[in-house]
Amino acid sequence: MSDEKPGQTRISIRRMKDLPSAHLLGGGTALCAGCGGLLSLHELYDVLGEKSVFVNAAGCMTLLSAYPFTPFRGSWLYTSMASAPAGAQGVRDALDILMENKRIAPDEDLSAVVLSGDGAAYGMGLSATSSAIDRGLDFLYLCYDNEGYGNTGQQSSPATPYAARTATNAGSRGYPGLKKDLFAIWAAHRPAYAATVIGAEPLDLARKVEKAKRLKGPRLLLALAPCPPGWDFDPKDAVEIGRLAVRTGVWPLKEYEDGRVTHTRIPNPRLPVEEYLKTQGRFAHLFRPARNEEVLKEIQQRLDAYWSAVT
Amino acid sequence: MNRVLLTGNAAAAWGARLARAEYFPAFPITPQTEIVETLAGWIEGGAMSGRLTMLESEHSMVTAAAAAAATGVRTFTATSSQGLLHAMEMLYAVSGWRAPFVLVNVSRALATPITLESDHNDVLAARDSGFLQIHCATCQEVLDSILIAYRVAEDSRVRLPALVNMDGFTLSFTREPVEVPESGQVNQYLKEFRIENTGFRASQPVSRAVAVIGGVPYSYFRYEAHLAANEALRAHEEAARDFARTFGRSYGALECYRSDDAEVVFFLAGAFATKAHDAVDRLREAGFAAGLVRPRLVRPWPAAALREALAGKKGVAVIDQNLSIGRGGVLHTELAATLYGAKGAPPVLASFIGGLGGRDIGAEELYEIARVTREAAREGRTPEPRLLYTARELREVRKLQAIAAAERTGLGGAE
Repeated sequence: MSDEKPGQTRISIRRMKDLPSAHLLGGGTALCAGCGGLLSLHELYDVLGEKSVFVNAAGCMTLLSAYPFTPFRGSWLYTSMASAPAGAQGVRDALDILMENKRIAPDEDLSAVVLSGDGAAYGMGLSATSSAIDRGLDFLYLCYDNEGYGNTGQQSSPATPYAARTATNAGSRGYPGLKKDLFAIWAAHRPAYAATVIGAEPLDLARKVEKAKRLKGPRLLLALAPCPPGWDFDPKDAVEIGRLAVRTGVWPLKEYEDGRVTHTRIPNPRLPVEEYLKTQGRFAHLFRPARNEEVLKEIQQRLDAYWSAVT
Repeated sequence: MNRVLLTGNAAAAWGARLARAEYFPAFPITPQTEIVETLAGWIEGGAMSGRLTMLESEHSMVTAAAAAAATGVRTFTATSSQGLLHAMEMLYAVSGWRAPFVLVNVSRALATPITLESDHNDVLAARDSGFLQIHCATCQEVLDSILIAYRVAEDSRVRLPALVNMDGFTLSFTREPVEVPESGQVNQYLKEFRIENTGFRASQPVSRAVAVIGGVPYSYFRYEAHLAANEALRAHEEAARDFARTFGRSYGALECYRSDDAEVVFFLAGAFATKAHDAVDRLREAGFAAGLVRPRLVRPWPAAALREALAGKKGVAVIDQNLSIGRGGVLHTELAATLYGAKGAPPVLASFIGGLGGRDIGAEELYEIARVTREAAREGRTPEPRLLYTARELREVRKLQAIAAAERTGLGGAE
């Protein structure tokens, strides 16, 4: 451990070397090797700090705290799949009441962080999330989005991208739907802040966490989480696949603040989407036994249309 | 003391206010809504302090309630019927958090068919959730039970959430004279809620509701909750004794009325027990040795007290205001399990289902139930379970069906 306490210092992150060098989240958890979600959680926790309570929705990360161990230096509350934002509401309200009545000192305060997978964030927990934003709840919401119900073997979720093979879409077409735009759903609620991030771009992520940490109100950090077992790739490639998600434009890095959406990275040159798709077994049926030109073109065109609207 | 006319809902709001609950996660549902509206009005008008947060569902409401309790704030919430069922996942989950708070359920029958009126299938669906359950028969008991429930739930031997139940309409919307205790006395009776060292604080990290790996730690924590619930029998006895000393009103785990020398005993929970009360008096006047035993505490289940109260009775008429489809009355099953093999157990335990979805149980029916049970005891055979329904009621439904059929034909549907 260095003397630096990342969560307690008001750091201003400009370059890679400004990133905290000490890591707060312990290792040795039950999560998979190469987990992109855990990577983004590590990076977030280093900047956010230990004066936090993670309110968890059912998902892969529920296994982080398994009695009697936890990798967190701060607090943890598991709730259910659908109601983590309500758990954050109860903790937040109670801490406010205790501080108002001077039963605890202000330095005992904690930031409430919902920790949710895409299954809860895009689906079952969306109603509780929407309502927490309506109420202006002062909380941070980290969604690790591995684009499927990963903990149960990667069945399709509302976050699954078009044409991806899942445990429930094992045929040659893959998932027939389109990935739901959770960022836009959040933005439509006019929250204090919303941003997309990815662990493979730690500087961008850290800057957004730092910004979110300084704001009050509902704040989203939506992290694409490359998932070795769910997406079918070697764990050593997790970071590279994350980078490709950004460089092909599949995962736009952006933020919402004061009613405006800003892209924090515009890939230039933008690589063909194939470069990303071919790294993962879940898209292998688009290349073998024969290239599915029609679907590949469709995916590329959809991306091109998105980026042509970004100025 | 201040004696006023209050509905059950207003009495519940007074209970929460006097208990100095500070946090009220809320969601409206008939017939409970008046409770949270009353509290919201008091908070907005400055009559009491506290924070009321409207959630978007009962599932979220119970999550927020338990999370606040786990952080160390005395919390009160209320629901009914479908709301309680919508929250059911969280009822089971949060009892394991061992964070005490009080939830008032205003009993309302469950869909389908959908209705607003009362029976006890909603609260009994929460029977195995780990919540303590107190079933009330009067508006006074609603107020008093909330104070007692906080004492028991927060007792360091217990640390479980508590559910206080009242019947929709019969109590919730019915004004009865209620003694509203002085707040000073309540403050003596119910001290400030202390979470000790388990609340979420920056200086004391806590992990709650974590996963376990395997059945060994799982069983340990489930057994702990069960043993704690059993401790609530003693905690309730002490809290009730103290309550009687402070406020002059006594509450046992059971209410026993003229049951000591009774030949036949009515056994039922909730507000209809007041009707059975009356029936006992009338039957006694007619020379029939009837009595009443009402379970007030349903979880933990006061098994020893029940064996004692019912020992030597010739027959017990269990009137269930609930129906376990495909089985029958829930309380009948519970009582049979309690009495089986017990010394002096009544030879006849007759089962009657009635009062579903707001259907009345008339005095004549209670007399008939007593007669049938005494007959059975004398003949030494337990009668078949009965679903209370009269020929006249069946005729009413036949009329509705005839209208439905006629309307359907008139609209050009099938003949």
